[in-house]
Amino acid sequence: MTLRSLLEADDVRRAITRMAHELVEHDPDAERLVLLGIPTRGAILAQRLAEQMTRIADREIPFGVLDVTLYRDDLAGQPTRPTRRTDVPVDLDGATVVLVDDVLYSGRTVRAALDALTAFGRPAVVRLAVLVDRGHRELPIRPDSVGRNLPSAKTERVRVTLVEVDGADAVTIEGGDA
Amino acid sequence: MSEHLLSTKGFTRDSAVTLLDVAEDMADTQRRQVKKLPTLRGTTIVNLFFEDSTRTRISFEAAAKRLSADVITFSAKGSSVSKGESLQDTAQTLQAMGADGIVIRHSSSGAAHTLATSGWTRAGVVNAGDGTHEHPTQALLDAFTIRKRRHGDDSRGRDLAGVRVVIVGDILHSRVARSNLWLLTAMGASVHLVAPPTLLPSHTEGWPVTTGIDLDEAIDGGPDVVMMLRVQRERMTEAFFPTAKEYASLYGLSVARADRLPESSLVMHPGPMNRGLEIAGAVADSPRSTVLEQVQNGIGVRMAVLYDVLAGERSA
Repeated sequence: MTLRSLLEADDVRRAITRMAHELVEHDPDAERLVLLGIPTRGAILAQRLAEQMTRIADREIPFGVLDVTLYRDDLAGQPTRPTRRTDVPVDLDGATVVLVDDVLYSGRTVRAALDALTAFGRPAVVRLAVLVDRGHRELPIRPDSVGRNLPSAKTERVRVTLVEVDGADAVTIEGGDA
Repeated sequence: MSEHLLSTKGFTRDSAVTLLDVAEDMADTQRRQVKKLPTLRGTTIVNLFFEDSTRTRISFEAAAKRLSADVITFSAKGSSVSKGESLQDTAQTLQAMGADGIVIRHSSSGAAHTLATSGWTRAGVVNAGDGTHEHPTQALLDAFTIRKRRHGDDSRGRDLAGVRVVIVGDILHSRVARSNLWLLTAMGASVHLVAPPTLLPSHTEGWPVTTGIDLDEAIDGGPDVVMMLRVQRERMTEAFFPTAKEYASLYGLSVARADRLPESSLVMHPGPMNRGLEIAGAVADSPRSTVLEQVQNGIGVRMAVLYDVLAGERSA
């Protein structure tokens, strides 16, 4: 088993800063912009992005947490997953919502997130921001803002670690030697 | 996580906290514009009630429907077939009809366990009350309610360490008491049982509890929770106490007794209540009473249980 470092702490930080600028430029006129992160690491990224965007746009950009577990289409194939707390701080009707996750892979998590959003209302626009896009989509879903494109083999495992829960910011890739 | 939910005996502190945390998330979904979740779409749940229980049946039905399961309710009350045979026939019929989950209420202790282990069905079994044995979802919603009252929005991840609970009344016939004593103690609470000598089981040595026959003494201990049990007249074939009046005066939670409790103490009752017998109406309706919260919390807790038993892969 090999473990390769793809992004170091500085790379992660730069990627997030660039994404924050990109997202503000994307919707300069959106009055009601809100970032919703998918637990666990997407929620941390949403908070970091929202804090940077608040500085860049010079106005408060709220952020929250959207757990998508109960909306997944792949629950039956594995042991029951514990759910995570959802916290949507604003009314989503007519809002511009940016979904945030750490790794974009099959697209199934994002599909579940789109389904979960409809329970809260009807956003005007939904965008997708991910730190890493590793390819291998199984659904017609594409991100609007990407920290880094990292083409990978399906046998490999891409892992994002963040200071808040893992002690360090990094993106690594494991396996694939077989 | 679990194949079935038959008893609270197997819970550890962590498994109980995890399940109650899922129940918190389930309860939160019920505040959304759209309350229905797609989680158990395509799953068929049969509510198999050999014994009457409107509130438990409706609570399970609501929980299953909010998770998008198809629900079939089977009231087998009054069947003249002997119990063992009727359970086997019914279970095999339900298996043939493609039931993924069976929620069973039965007057015989062990009925849920028999159904789960008989091989008559591969469905996930949830015990909704079996005789005088167990009623695990009631205990889970009681634990959830205690935690919620103590910690509010900050309940997730917390256990019941140090919480002193007194359970009062017909312990002998109470599956609610049995399920609660295992679960509450697993979560760190201490449990004291109070009952007339005739309604206290003779063998409580293996139970992690203390027992007594004096309600006033227990009240003066200043417990955090007083859980009143329903006097189950339908299970009493002998005279367990002389008169209802005497029971109420010795073991009823009167206004005078409730007034002696610390201000923060909770009063619980699984319902339906015999007002004026085991609990005074004014106490049941007082701010310290959690009776209606228990009913409300029951839906989220049962959603969590159905999710736990039915959403993941099943080994069978």
